[in-house]
Amino acid sequence: MAQPAPLSTVRVVTLTIDDRDFSAREDETIIEVCRENNIPIPSLCHLDGLSIWGGCRLCMVELEGQTRLFAACSTRVTEGMRIQTQSERLRSYRHTILELLFAERHHVCAVCVSNGHCELQWLAQKCGVDHVRVPYRQAAYPVDSSHEMFRIDHNRCILCTRCVRVCDEIEGAHTWDIMGRGTDCRVISDLAQPWGDSTNCTSCGKCVQVCPTGALVKQGTSVGEMVKDQHFLPILARRRHAQ
Amino acid sequence: MQQPQPKPPSPSEDKRWKLVNATMRRHGYAAHALIETLHSVQEAFGFLDEIALRFVAESLDVPLSKVYGVATFYHIFMLKPKGRHTCVVCTGTACYIKGADALLAGIHTRYDINTGDTTADARLSVLTARCVGACGLAPAVVVDGDVFGKLTTDSLITKLEALD
Ligand code: SF4
Ligand code: FES
Repeated sequence: MAQPAPLSTVRVVTLTIDDRDFSAREDETIIEVCRENNIPIPSLCHLDGLSIWGGCRLCMVELEGQTRLFAACSTRVTEGMRIQTQSERLRSYRHTILELLFAERHHVCAVCVSNGHCELQWLAQKCGVDHVRVPYRQAAYPVDSSHEMFRIDHNRCILCTRCVRVCDEIEGAHTWDIMGRGTDCRVISDLAQPWGDSTNCTSCGKCVQVCPTGALVKQGTSVGEMVKDQHFLPILARRRHAQ
Repeated sequence: MQQPQPKPPSPSEDKRWKLVNATMRRHGYAAHALIETLHSVQEAFGFLDEIALRFVAESLDVPLSKVYGVATFYHIFMLKPKGRHTCVVCTGTACYIKGADALLAGIHTRYDINTGDTTADARLSVLTARCVGACGLAPAVVVDGDVFGKLTTDSLITKLEALD
């Protein structure tokens, strides 16, 4: 998240988004300006209050005069920028990214505790993903229920790293990280040990609240009962940066 | 006021920890010395076990999960030898002079594997390590954690053949 710099040093730039004129501070990212002005941009790894990751590529937008696409969450606005957030090309790329996420692991909504409260599910509905054209990988990943309050189901993880970042940047514990590479990537606590055995997890539950899917959930929830609450994040982030 | 984290003692008397400590000291125990330090451990011990990962994490004050993430991201790092048995050939100065390379050549002739490799049936991994601290026994080899010294190619192969 861009922390506001002292006002005197920040310039204001003008730009257009989908052919409408806007002005914004030059230290803002495209996605921040879009959110302030209620312009929808799909995103998964971005979360207001956490550092920029730029991994999911769902937030891609077109910039006039450039052939390649830019991630709205990790691109700062500049004077005269002309941004397109909707086009046939963007629609098809976003559609494909979502399909690949569904095909990569087991996201079986019907039996998921996050059913109806899942960001992946919402995005799929919004982007009209009603079926998946690529073959499912069908690889089984472990479920770790060793923590007395929470559970991690790697089958539902999309590796957005929100849990890793919130644990490191806001809680300060850095219990989580990502191991391996490619399809072997997995969120791990400590030396890839059971979460319940972690020596530095404070059981604060921030990772559970920021997880966009049903990968990190509370124990004892059943289908559709896991509702997440992220309102704490921008507040805590501001206080951390003010320290 | 925050105190710098005290440095943990070496996990054992093994002299190879000195090499690891020297690397960390050279980099002022900075967190960004992580990869360099893991290289030292791998070079000294042949692979990175849990004891080593914990020691490095604590010494550099880097989170455990980050150390594990880095160690599993790079193919060059080995967390455990792949074979059921491991044969670590010491290539320290004394063992080198006394014919460590002949031992490695003997292993290559018999099993067709080089340093860092594992036989196709996953029975044996062969690794090399810096001085294991048994110079009086040169050339020395560590087979499944036990040190054997004054080996010849033949006596080593006999030992390796006797493993199940
Ligand atoms: S567990 Fe959840 S928050 Fe963490 S990387 Fe996976 S999907 Fe993202
Ligand atoms: S939200 Fe921009 S790459 Fe994920």
